[in-house]
Amino acid sequence: MGHGLNPPAGDSGRIAHAMAEAAARRSYGKLVAYLAARTRDVAAAEDALSEAFAAALAGWPRNGCPANPEAWLLTVARRKIIDVARTQQRREMASDRLEGIADHLSASDEMEIPDQRLALLFACAHPAIDAAVRAPLMLQVVLGLDARQIASAFLVSPAAMGKRLVRAKEKIREAGIPFRVPERAELPARLDAVLDAIYAAFAEGWTDAAGADPERRDLTEEAIFLARVAVELLPEEPEALGLLALMLHAEARRPARRNPAGEYVPLAGQDPAAWNSPLIDEAEALLLHASVMRSIGRFQLEAAIQSAHVARRRTGRANWSELVTLYDALLTLSDSPVVAINRALAVAESQDPAAGLAALAEIASDPRIAGYQPYWAARAELLVRTGAAGEARHAFEIAIGLERDPAVRRFLQQRQAALEQ
Amino acid sequence: MQYLLILYAEEAGFMKMTPEQQQQGAAAYAAYTAALKEAGAYVGSNRLRPISTATTVRIAGGKTQVLDGPYVDTKEQLGGYFLIDAPDLDSALSWAARCPGAGHGIVEVRPIWAMA
Repeated sequence: MGHGLNPPAGDSGRIAHAMAEAAARRSYGKLVAYLAARTRDVAAAEDALSEAFAAALAGWPRNGCPANPEAWLLTVARRKIIDVARTQQRREMASDRLEGIADHLSASDEMEIPDQRLALLFACAHPAIDAAVRAPLMLQVVLGLDARQIASAFLVSPAAMGKRLVRAKEKIREAGIPFRVPERAELPARLDAVLDAIYAAFAEGWTDAAGADPERRDLTEEAIFLARVAVELLPEEPEALGLLALMLHAEARRPARRNPAGEYVPLAGQDPAAWNSPLIDEAEALLLHASVMRSIGRFQLEAAIQSAHVARRRTGRANWSELVTLYDALLTLSDSPVVAINRALAVAESQDPAAGLAALAEIASDPRIAGYQPYWAARAELLVRTGAAGEARHAFEIAIGLERDPAVRRFLQQRQAALEQ
Repeated sequence: MQYLLILYAEEAGFMKMTPEQQQQGAAAYAAYTAALKEAGAYVGSNRLRPISTATTVRIAGGKTQVLDGPYVDTKEQLGGYFLIDAPDLDSALSWAARCPGAGHGIVEVRPIWAMA
């Protein structure tokens, strides 16, 4: 978590720090959501909470940890918010608004803190918020990651990321973006935006396959946590279940994506014994539960594709004909070149490499293809199998030139070199 | 909260319409205004004369500069506004979507900066 908390020396300090960390991880989003729900002032809620966490670190080692850390943090943060509001009132705030805040916040003294994280997620992924900042915003306000950690994952400078986050929070407050779960009629479209943003956070973490950068690796865990929150709060939404299943499938195979020497291992070359079985089982159960609701969508299809790939765990072979069908269904939902390329590879497996090459040729005119590494890597592999070594060498050359990940680049270079022998 | 719905549309489009179509268009705006009033959301609105009537003023180097024409020459022109009262952005966006101007142009939604 990125609260800028540094462990103080001494055992009691370490225990208090660990408790504050645990409370932060468990309660951060819930406390931000509750504190900001009425005022829509996320930044003020975050500031107050960070002061509350600092007070916890200073006070808990001396006075002992409170029985209910969450309520303790809320009480302190609430007081900070009211203090700040009082100061501001002298400058700009209407007094009735201040009374509203105080009423809203003090009514909760004895009751359990209501979980408004879902409303917070919908505010972060509101159509009035720039789509590119929705995922970073969720990571910050629901999980408490700081701008530096998020910036590293999204390959932008911490200063630029910080600015975008500040601007998005200002928009929520000033434009009056509500903290609420949309009505039934508009829920599907709005939920798509929430799930897309969670998946974007996951995909950014996933790019760092080697886990070389610990902060980027953490982001996939954080994204899975967000998806778990969405599923916990919307247990009957098949696409939320599908998204979690998809991410768990991908996560399950993470350890198999590199061999002990750190070399890239493509899916077809992975040892199923290196996959995380409990995660796969959980993903399969989620997908089954989603399918009962009979409302198919992109994330369920993508999860089903993962599921057909890992069928190899039991049968020794991926279910290639089912994969072609699933990719066809996915193509009707989006004309993504990624999907078309994967479909061509599945066609090559279920029929023959020439049929796969023919399927690839169908999308060769797409202007996005020329600079797209997976197309050239797929084409190279299929050309190898049809014995067209010269063309394969050229396709590998382009794929190598387009690759960012050094391990994948080395893998492609080895494949290219093998053609010479 | 108060929001300003700023209406942009191609002025030429209105000029090209038949008198009947123009009347129909005006009736749609009247009905929209009535609906806003019925819901207690209406604060104010005005239609602006075409940009050919616009004049811009600025002080440059201590001198007042007056120029014929609008500030920016765009494909769609600022043609009017509705000032509404809405509990949150979703509600304001929903009013904006019902504005006839969203059908033949663009409606920009801006929260009003409340003064104490």
